[in-house]
Amino acid sequence: MFESLTASLSSALNSLRGRGKLTEGNMREGLAGVRTALLEADVAYDVVETFLSRVVDDAVGAKVLESLDPAQQLVGIVHQELVNLMGPVDHSLHLQPGKTTILMLCGLQGSGKTTSCGKLAKRIKQQGQGVMLVAADLQRPAAIEQLAVLGRQIGVPVHVPDGITDPVAVCRAGVARAEKEGISVVILDTAGRLSIDEALMQELSKIDRTVGPDQVYLVVDAMTGQDAVKSAKAFNEALELDGVIMTKLDGDARGGAALSVKTVTGVPIKFIGTGEQIEALEDFHAERMAGRILGMGDVVTLVEEAQRKFDQDEMKRQEERLRAGEFTLDDFKKVLLQTRRLGPMGKVLGMIPGMGGMQEMLAGADLDKDVNRLFGIIDAMTPAERRNPSRVVDQSRRRRIAAGAGVDPHEVGDLVKQFDGMSAMMKGMAGLGMRDRLREVQRLQTQMTNPAARLGRPKGDTGKRLTADERRKQKKQREKDARRKKRG
Amino acid sequence: MALFRFGRKQTPDTPEPTVAAPATGDATPAPVAAPSGGGLLDRLRAGLAKTARVLNTDVRDLFKREGRLVDEEFLEELRATLIRTDMGPAAAEGIVVDVRERLRARVVDPEIVIDSIRRQLLGRLEQTGAAVAAAPTGPTVILVTGVNGSGKTTSIAKLARLFTREGKRVVLGAGDTFRAAAVEQLSMWAARLGAELVRGEPGCDPASVAHRAVARALEGSFDVCIIDTAGRLQTQSNLMQELSKIRRVISKQIPDAPHEVLLVIDATAGQNALSQAKGFKEAAGCTGIVLAKLDGSARGGVIVPVTEQFGLPVKFVGLGETADDLEAFAPERFVAALLEGALAPAG
Repeated sequence: MFESLTASLSSALNSLRGRGKLTEGNMREGLAGVRTALLEADVAYDVVETFLSRVVDDAVGAKVLESLDPAQQLVGIVHQELVNLMGPVDHSLHLQPGKTTILMLCGLQGSGKTTSCGKLAKRIKQQGQGVMLVAADLQRPAAIEQLAVLGRQIGVPVHVPDGITDPVAVCRAGVARAEKEGISVVILDTAGRLSIDEALMQELSKIDRTVGPDQVYLVVDAMTGQDAVKSAKAFNEALELDGVIMTKLDGDARGGAALSVKTVTGVPIKFIGTGEQIEALEDFHAERMAGRILGMGDVVTLVEEAQRKFDQDEMKRQEERLRAGEFTLDDFKKVLLQTRRLGPMGKVLGMIPGMGGMQEMLAGADLDKDVNRLFGIIDAMTPAERRNPSRVVDQSRRRRIAAGAGVDPHEVGDLVKQFDGMSAMMKGMAGLGMRDRLREVQRLQTQMTNPAARLGRPKGDTGKRLTADERRKQKKQREKDARRKKRG
Repeated sequence: MALFRFGRKQTPDTPEPTVAAPATGDATPAPVAAPSGGGLLDRLRAGLAKTARVLNTDVRDLFKREGRLVDEEFLEELRATLIRTDMGPAAAEGIVVDVRERLRARVVDPEIVIDSIRRQLLGRLEQTGAAVAAAPTGPTVILVTGVNGSGKTTSIAKLARLFTREGKRVVLGAGDTFRAAAVEQLSMWAARLGAELVRGEPGCDPASVAHRAVARALEGSFDVCIIDTAGRLQTQSNLMQELSKIRRVISKQIPDAPHEVLLVIDATAGQNALSQAKGFKEAAGCTGIVLAKLDGSARGGVIVPVTEQFGLPVKFVGLGETADDLEAFAPERFVAALLEGALAPAG
């Protein structure tokens, strides 16, 4: 019940894997699984039905008969259909050069409007544009204070209503002020409301008419259930939405509302909120989301991020050292520092294909704290110890290092042992491209998902040459073991 | 043939249970924020009007005046109606299977099916309805938890109002030290309700606030101490551990406290509420649920699988934005209000 949509969909589609041909019968079975998975992911009932009938239309017929691997084919169709449903995506804020662009955020209570306003302001500021926030949520106690605090954190001005109790007037005044001060973007934070509250919805469309926002975004909680369809429809009718921001996608919510909202309103999902930090606002990508849903991982994002944030020269230097077999604990620390620039460790892991389960296992286990402990240990070592830890660090040195780093002596021992195994692995990976490297990491995941297993030094060459016959025999045994393992 | 006749003999012989209130009085749904002030049932019903309306319209649509054949198409429509209440595919399937087993291939009239759904739902909500636990002596400590934006702070204000109306003295602990201005939000409510507030510096350890709130409740001999916490997703296990710590800190001062740990669930939430219930029950030892925002178009059907799977009773429902809009949850009334309109004649 609690597996992610990814996991439920994979298991549904796995039932098709290994079957010779895609018959209507076995496809129906797989699709019934997809259906339950989508419903459990809170995709609206009607959207699920439309989705499935489209998949069936695409899957039945010539394409399937020609297909060599029907399961693969169905995965492809389901994936493509998911992408079609959630795309196309448009990340542009459509800022108007030379005039003040007005963005307006609306949504149900508690969907995350105020936080999203802050995140959006931060993003615009980072692009080098002037931005101002307008606190038009006059309903919730202290909503204005919340926005003011956020504004201070990001360093952007916040227009607060000075005793005015009419949100329409507040918005008008805020926009006027921004225009006067020549601020290029102004973001209106409106009060949360129920989609069925006629009076409040009318007030919202009055703001819309009065200040004429260039873009209106609906903020949707990723945890929303079947109601997402109804509220999105109501907001779209009152306001003519231009985009959607989906929040709280950092939890285990399966985000089926993304499919529903897009289908009902037809407006693109622009951004996703993925954390409590003010930076945690990402572009929405239908391809990647669909890939994530189907368990294909989010390689593109990771590669993109890595290329943006890794210091390329430093990478090259590391690689040369690796190839020369000079990888030391100092280099290891540098690699960790580079990786950490991608974001919190847990998040980075989650983006690697096949590592989704790993992320779940490590969820909350404070990886970054662990990394800091490692840094402490490394810093407490002498240069000689860092160069060749397994040879130099003996028991008394271990005790000294542990005392210096404020850890238990066995943690020092663990690091030394792990580093031994890791440097061997890294030497093997040196010279591979980013993609190959990720694949290599993926290959290692079975080994790593066993928490008891430690990365050991790989066994060296035995030096013994086998005859063709012996090799055949060995291969047979290996296959037999693999089969047995698969069954077990 | 004999089998067939046997099947026929199984016509439900239970007399139709009397509905809690005359259905005619509710033909027009009352506005949600109606200043009715009085009838508890009226207000609950008004808040649930949406739920009722969906089930009621849709189920009624299923039946023609002369009754309808219970076939797969019929069952599919029933399933869609149930799933739209957010009770989830499994719970909906349970009801559909029950209806199929008893009524398949028969021509039925609405009452029979409605009656069976009502009984199903009541059976699933059976454990719920327990009253708020109170300390035998000294202050009753209530810890309120939930995911971001579920409505914790507002629910606390409503709870405080409930207790002050009973003449009890309430102290609030502003344990959400993370979100900007969360303390201000609670302090505004405290001022409005005349409750005392214990607050900490922004960013300080929420456990310290909880400690001081309980200490204040003990020394000032307050009747009730309600402690707010920052919204957190159930997957953030370091933040969930923080909840366990808050619990420990509280129970060091009063051994059997907190007497209640309430999980606030947003009625618009879908199946993720199950994960929320699981996570918060494990980490914070939740003892009950507050179903907030039931006055919207969402129906809160997800509490059916939540109560069923985790044995967590729903203690309160939030039905509006004012401090008075909190009612004790009663499954009979909930289900009656949920299915009430379905018995009324079409039109």
